[in-house]
Amino acid sequence: MNGAASGRASASRGASRAKGRALTEGQRAERRLGLWLCAPAAIIMVVVTGWPIVYSVLLSLQRYDLRFPEDKAWIGLSNYATVLSSEVWWNAFWVTLLITVVSVAIELVLGMLLAFAMYRAIVGRGLIRTVVLIPYGIVTVAAAYGWKYAWTPGTGWLAGLLPGGSAPLTERGPAIAIIILAEVWKTTPFMALLLMAGLAVVPEELLRAASVDGASLWQRFTRVTLPLMKPAILVALLFRTLDAFRIFDNIYVLTNGSQGTGSVSISAYHNLIGGLNLGIGSTMSVLILVTVAIIAVVFILGFGTAAPGSER
Amino acid sequence: MEAGRRSVSGWTVANVVVVLYAMVPVLWIASLSFKDPSTFTDGSFIPRKWTLGNYAGIFTNADFVRGLVNSIGIGLISTFVAIVFGTMAAYAVARLTFPGKRLLIGVSLLIAMFPQISLVSPLFQIERALGLFNTWAGLILPYITFALPLTIYTLSAFFREIPWELEKAAKMDGATPFQAFWQVIVPLAAPGMVTTAILAFIFCWNDFLFAISLTSSDAARTAPATISFFTGSTQFEDPTGSISAAAVVITIPIVIFVLFFQRRIVAGLTSGAVKG
Amino acid sequence: MAEIVLDHITKRYADGTVAVDDFDVRIADHEFVILVGPSGCGKSTTLNMIAGLEDITEGELRVDGRRMNEKAPRDRDMAMVFQSYALYPHMTVRENIAFPLKLAKMGREETQERVERAAGLLDLAPYLDRKPAALSGGQRQRVAMGRAIVRDPKAFLMDEPLSNLDAKLRVQMRTSISRLQKSLGTTTVYVTHDQTEAMTLGDRIVIMRAGLIQQIGPPQELYDHPRNLFVAGFIGSPSMNVVPARLEEGLLRTPIGDIPLRGRLGRAAEGPDVPRDVIAGIRPESFEDASLVHDAEEGGTFTGTVDLLESMGPEKLAYFTLDTGAVRSEHLSEAGGEEAGEECRLVAQLDPKSGARRGQPVRLWYDTQAVHLFHPKTGENLTER
Repeated sequence: MNGAASGRASASRGASRAKGRALTEGQRAERRLGLWLCAPAAIIMVVVTGWPIVYSVLLSLQRYDLRFPEDKAWIGLSNYATVLSSEVWWNAFWVTLLITVVSVAIELVLGMLLAFAMYRAIVGRGLIRTVVLIPYGIVTVAAAYGWKYAWTPGTGWLAGLLPGGSAPLTERGPAIAIIILAEVWKTTPFMALLLMAGLAVVPEELLRAASVDGASLWQRFTRVTLPLMKPAILVALLFRTLDAFRIFDNIYVLTNGSQGTGSVSISAYHNLIGGLNLGIGSTMSVLILVTVAIIAVVFILGFGTAAPGSER
Repeated sequence: MEAGRRSVSGWTVANVVVVLYAMVPVLWIASLSFKDPSTFTDGSFIPRKWTLGNYAGIFTNADFVRGLVNSIGIGLISTFVAIVFGTMAAYAVARLTFPGKRLLIGVSLLIAMFPQISLVSPLFQIERALGLFNTWAGLILPYITFALPLTIYTLSAFFREIPWELEKAAKMDGATPFQAFWQVIVPLAAPGMVTTAILAFIFCWNDFLFAISLTSSDAARTAPATISFFTGSTQFEDPTGSISAAAVVITIPIVIFVLFFQRRIVAGLTSGAVKG
Repeated sequence: MAEIVLDHITKRYADGTVAVDDFDVRIADHEFVILVGPSGCGKSTTLNMIAGLEDITEGELRVDGRRMNEKAPRDRDMAMVFQSYALYPHMTVRENIAFPLKLAKMGREETQERVERAAGLLDLAPYLDRKPAALSGGQRQRVAMGRAIVRDPKAFLMDEPLSNLDAKLRVQMRTSISRLQKSLGTTTVYVTHDQTEAMTLGDRIVIMRAGLIQQIGPPQELYDHPRNLFVAGFIGSPSMNVVPARLEEGLLRTPIGDIPLRGRLGRAAEGPDVPRDVIAGIRPESFEDASLVHDAEEGGTFTGTVDLLESMGPEKLAYFTLDTGAVRSEHLSEAGGEEAGEECRLVAQLDPKSGARRGQPVRLWYDTQAVHLFHPKTGENLTER
């Protein structure tokens, strides 16, 4: 790995130096090949996201309701004013934030335990590693139906455990709790895998040295393992936070946003596809995009998370 | 000895907890899918009256069968294209020096973090204008786009593990850059490509938001979206059985994939993220 | 077969670091040239520039008179053997060796024939259908050689090809590489950090340090007439002994006795800009147990207590500590000699019949005409000016 890294480093040094003067045939071929190889991927990604983003911003500046197409007009930022002064939007925003923070926090703890179990288990390590991937592999919608029926009175085994007559999915607090449960169940394995890869970075010798130096298990974890894992933890948190913030499938199936349990994605969806109000829906889309960008920036600049894919 | 035995039994308990955690919700829906409609509400974990009727029902349901075909077709095409383009780009990112490399990494990072909902409204409009709405292509395009960052990261991590000298050796042996790539690197990267393909396919198969937003009929609606439209309107009064059976059906192939390629998937999921 | 000319070649990176500075060597057809030096001296960069894997900032690379600077590696017709062997793990030995021929679109029959011939030369015939993973280190190394010789290139470029082998195998392979090169007569450039390999393999050695050529010449010439302290310290094992010395009227005062300034020492002392304080160097084999020397006329003697005695079989190495501070010089530390301690140490290579014992004093004779004098600042060998 090291050799390759330094090879790359010198190669990229070579390239920047080459700018000012004639390139060798080999270098020209390399540049050409690089551009050609990236072109299809780059074009698709930019065409499918670039123009739609711009278009989305344009739509957000218009009054545009497909049910009343003749009312279409440029109205500046007034959609933003409408959305940002709407109680529904802020409710969805805070619900999303709550779900994100709580589920990511639980996932971090559970994921860490699971990562340890997968990494350190004396017996059944293979079994744990295999079983843990099942939630990851299951289609979110299918799993969500599983949870839905489990908590629905009548068809549900979990609902049956509750005091008679309660229908948790129809009450706001319990419903949000179930949404979080479904989300945590589905994504903890992914978190655990990322954390396990981080654990593998901690040299075994260091832990042995710490234990010879008299550190307890807990001290070894907090003083040696955690600091060394910090980059991996931050990347995992970044990924999961952004992913949790766009939660859609689980809520759609479990409550479809009723009783004030909708996330921002659900709100935007209802405005777009249900309400056919492109102006308001696009405004919400843009606001979600901005929020996600802020979260990413906070992680990368605030916590110093290495942006995935950056070459350090 | 004593401590060893205690930790073994401790791990056994931990294993049981983990297995229950992962399996119970799945087993519940499987159990529902085998229940006779008359016993849905008995609350029993093990069906009292077994039936395959729910499965028979969904496979005679043209919408669902069509949804499965759509899911498989769209998933395979998207995966194939994403892998081909992603492999090319990942190789370039991992190995070559060319202007715009950082930009490509940046763009794919942005897309990986992108909230899909933000694309729904413009794509809805644009695809309707272009006639892509409610077609396979209309779903394949966004799927490729969102699978590409995943494939580029995962594959470039795999490429970086292939010794750099092999490529130099190929060049010294008289290979053009393309020959070095095709005859030396690709065969070595094949396991990584299989892994990445599985991850990309799971992503496409799992998608729900685009599937319900960019389709309006069974022409392109994929299985997860079809299931959500079962509600109330199909041949059963109560869609519980159909939905459960359908959920099991769309889950099984992925679970088999995952279990079969377990080791590789773990490597693939973590390589892109941690090494960066 | 080719003559390779490196005409004032320089490699400079964007950040200004100069990896290779004004490298100017003409490698004759059939010649076996070694690039040697400590790590980071620019020897591998030079090889990569010849190969076309790195480009040349300044200067010109010519092969048989044709400029090669802009040519891609595949158009240079050179074969390379890598330290890691770089065998293609998904191909069998046969496919590995045949790969360059396949790329050159050679016909099946000729390919077959050439692969068999190369395999025969390298005793690889029984392994042709194995994958590299199923081979030992030495076999892998031979496959890498096979891939190089099979297409009969203009030149072999070898980048530390023996470094990954264990000591015994390395000696064996050294001999077979040497034999192979002599029989094929292919121009070869060989990079190593190991001075023993350099001494035993090369027709000529180019010794480098920090991107600069220090000296070029046949092994024995470098050994006998090192141009500076760095070369003197790098070539030879055990390394040349260095002691502080002072030039006085007609005498060189050293911790191992005063040496009359006669002959080449005298000429060296009379040269321009010669400081009073110099460094004296003398190779371990220039010493002998004084009791075994019949005619001790032409030499000096000194008596010291043996710190440590190593019996090597054909010789004995006796270690002494001198009553003076050690010579400190960047020229020496870069040559990769042992970390200089506080004390000045000396090693003498004695006849096995010597009666020297550990902890006992012994009287040594040394050849005063074999003493080199070095400039303490520039490291220049004053006796070789």
